[in-house]
Amino acid sequence: MIAEIGQFSLILALVFSTLLATLPLIGSLRGVVNLQQLARPVARTQFLLTLIAYICLTLAFLNNDFSVAYVANTSNSHLPLLYKISGVWGGHEGSLLLWTLILATWTMAVSFSKGIPEDMVARVLSVMGMIGFGFLLFTLMTSNPFDRLFPVPPEGRDLNPLLQDVGLAIHPPMLYVGYVGFSVAFAFSVAAMISGRFDAAWARWTRPWTNVAWLFLTIGIALGSWWAYYELGWGGWWFWDPVENASFMPWLIGTALIHSLAATEKRGVFKAWTVLLSVFAFSLSLLGTFLVRSGVLTSVHAFATDPERGLFILIFLTIVVGGSLSLFAWRAPKIVSRVHFNVISREMAILLNNIFLGILCFAVLIGTLYPLVLDALNMGKISVGPPYFDFIFMVIGIPLAAIIGIGTLIRWKKDQIKRINKTVLFSLVLSIAVGFFTPLLMDHYSFGAGLGIATGLFVIVLNITNLGARTSKGKRIKDLLGTPRSFYGMVVAHLGIGIFIIGVTMTNTYSIEKDIRMLPGDVHEIQGYGFGFKGITEVQGPNYRATQGRFDVTRNDKTLTTLRPEKRVYLVQQNPMTEAAIDAGFTRDLYVALGEPLEERNAWAVRVYFKPFIRWIWLGALVMALGGGLAASDKRYRRSKKYARASSPMVRSAVGSVVENNTAPVN
Amino acid sequence: MNRFLAPLGIFATMVVLLAVGLTLNPREIPSPFIGKPAPEFSLAELDEKAAPITPEAFRGEVWIMNVWASWCVACQQEHPLLMEMADRNLIKLVGLNYKDKRNDAKKWLQRHGDPYGHIAFDESGDVGIDYGVYGVPETFVIDQDGIVQLKHIGPLTPDDLRDTILPLILTLTGGQS
Repeated sequence: MIAEIGQFSLILALVFSTLLATLPLIGSLRGVVNLQQLARPVARTQFLLTLIAYICLTLAFLNNDFSVAYVANTSNSHLPLLYKISGVWGGHEGSLLLWTLILATWTMAVSFSKGIPEDMVARVLSVMGMIGFGFLLFTLMTSNPFDRLFPVPPEGRDLNPLLQDVGLAIHPPMLYVGYVGFSVAFAFSVAAMISGRFDAAWARWTRPWTNVAWLFLTIGIALGSWWAYYELGWGGWWFWDPVENASFMPWLIGTALIHSLAATEKRGVFKAWTVLLSVFAFSLSLLGTFLVRSGVLTSVHAFATDPERGLFILIFLTIVVGGSLSLFAWRAPKIVSRVHFNVISREMAILLNNIFLGILCFAVLIGTLYPLVLDALNMGKISVGPPYFDFIFMVIGIPLAAIIGIGTLIRWKKDQIKRINKTVLFSLVLSIAVGFFTPLLMDHYSFGAGLGIATGLFVIVLNITNLGARTSKGKRIKDLLGTPRSFYGMVVAHLGIGIFIIGVTMTNTYSIEKDIRMLPGDVHEIQGYGFGFKGITEVQGPNYRATQGRFDVTRNDKTLTTLRPEKRVYLVQQNPMTEAAIDAGFTRDLYVALGEPLEERNAWAVRVYFKPFIRWIWLGALVMALGGGLAASDKRYRRSKKYARASSPMVRSAVGSVVENNTAPVN
Repeated sequence: MNRFLAPLGIFATMVVLLAVGLTLNPREIPSPFIGKPAPEFSLAELDEKAAPITPEAFRGEVWIMNVWASWCVACQQEHPLLMEMADRNLIKLVGLNYKDKRNDAKKWLQRHGDPYGHIAFDESGDVGIDYGVYGVPETFVIDQDGIVQLKHIGPLTPDDLRDTILPLILTLTGGQS
């Protein structure tokens, strides 16, 4: 019964998305206010219906209703409660429903925005309604999570053990919130293209939404990387897997979009480019969905694949992206940016940032699709590996980091090098000195490590200096308090990049990975840490059996901690899983994973890793996300709503252009 | 021509390629072994009874070598199909027990049934490496002259059997099986 309610709500949601996709848009084109005003309530109803469907599926999981095929395939009565809730998105159908729910949530959130003219809201919500329609139709036609199964199996096939993990339980929702969040920027751009109005207000409305989407995507990717590190048991944090790339491409373009939106809002430049980026960011999110769910690529993430689903997404992708790019080709020639800027200006720095990020994204796209293209052209099968990506990211990453550092110091429109050269020189010398000194403290010297640390420090030092430069003697605290949050957001996000670069450099250069054979009683020493193997015990989990090893970690004859890595066999799916044991620390991780038992006596193959500064990689990502949050919560976005409400579109666009021309170089 | 059409053009090219990609199977990995003689080996039987197994011994008949292991989940999935092939006496089935333990493998066969005429016990996985085993299960069809005619990666499905393997066997044997 519950499943039928869910099914019915989903069909009703489809009906409402059809209404949302059509009526308000017609209303905005014909100037019928009544139809425009339908947008908000219809968007909210669509959200409620999708939510009901989602809750019904969750209830089916909680009740162990194995008559629902999806539940029987992804759950089990012995599954712990947390994983019954997260198991809802543990397979293709349910994760698609989550996608749809998150899209409906974003749509609902936009429906509460104030200070945007009604016809604009109507168009934006209509565009989001179209996307919602596509995904609801996809769900209902090819991937219905409520399909019944007969005969009803007595027990479910259990959730994939890889997914029975807290980090992975929250990874997909974060990622989807980010992916789908770019649909808001996309919808604003498409709405602006339909109306032909690209004023500062359009960019200002889009900015906080994009920042929030970006911050979730950042957290989502970081969680995925963290999960891969401790769950896959080989200690890496990024594998350049096609699906990782699929999430990384929208991130790169989203990052470019955040910056070009800033330039568009403040200076009225790069309008067409910003529109194109917002189309690309969302298109790449859709492309990611296509790649994961169509079976075009093989990957650890590949869902049970089905060519019918692939075809549907491809058609959908073609309509959404093809449609918006056609609209772009038609409207973009009319977008004129009247504003000019000098070579030494913030605009130029943002342009370079966009070019570099664009190249990186393109390189990832090529690396991901190249094997597919060769295959499609019948030229053989290959795969593109980490050396290619590592090379590109090193070559482009260093100038990009330099731009991050210097760009934030430069003023809008026109600036002089001599105004900033002292600061830059000071930071450069300081970071090179510290950066190239640090490897001396490690067990071997590496020039590459010095370069990486110097690059990370350069970003950090310049951003802190930049913040300091806003204050004047005697009233530093007051000046800092008066600094807007968007400025803090910029500084913090860039600090995150610096921390991330240092983490990556240290981990990639100074990690120690040992595969060794150990007998109980053996002690293996790495970097002054002794790993004493104490033996193996059998443990029983709620839905698995495990062989657990005990390792006492000592340093200078003091016991630091006990690590208990496991090899688990899940009772239903029978696949062996490696649970690494990790002692996490600010400057290093100690990582032990059990390999295979060896024949003679009680010997085991053991993997012992020493990972310096690996936490900094995810810490950096979290700091970046925090920066995005600070920027999105700037009170300017709230204040702007108030004055915009008071004015008619004509007055507002006049105000907009006045603001544009008079913007002082605040940040 | 307006330059704003460029993104649309690039996208259209990509869609065509993706559409072609959709019709292809990424799991179909070309094997360098097709058309080549099956690599030699000499391995003990799983039950340690008979003389060592060599591919040489099966010269003159078409046979299937199925790579399996007791720790392999997907093997359970294809197992009923192998059992059915054995019941219907379709073809000589040789198992290659890959990176397994003798006792585990025997227990597994007791539980699920034993479709194999012979089982070569490849504890170290060396023979698997010679055959380019990519993941378990894998299935090889080897002809009368000891030439590998087909390599199938992943569990066999009834469709694979009906559409690929049986027709191939019929061609190889000239209709007599």
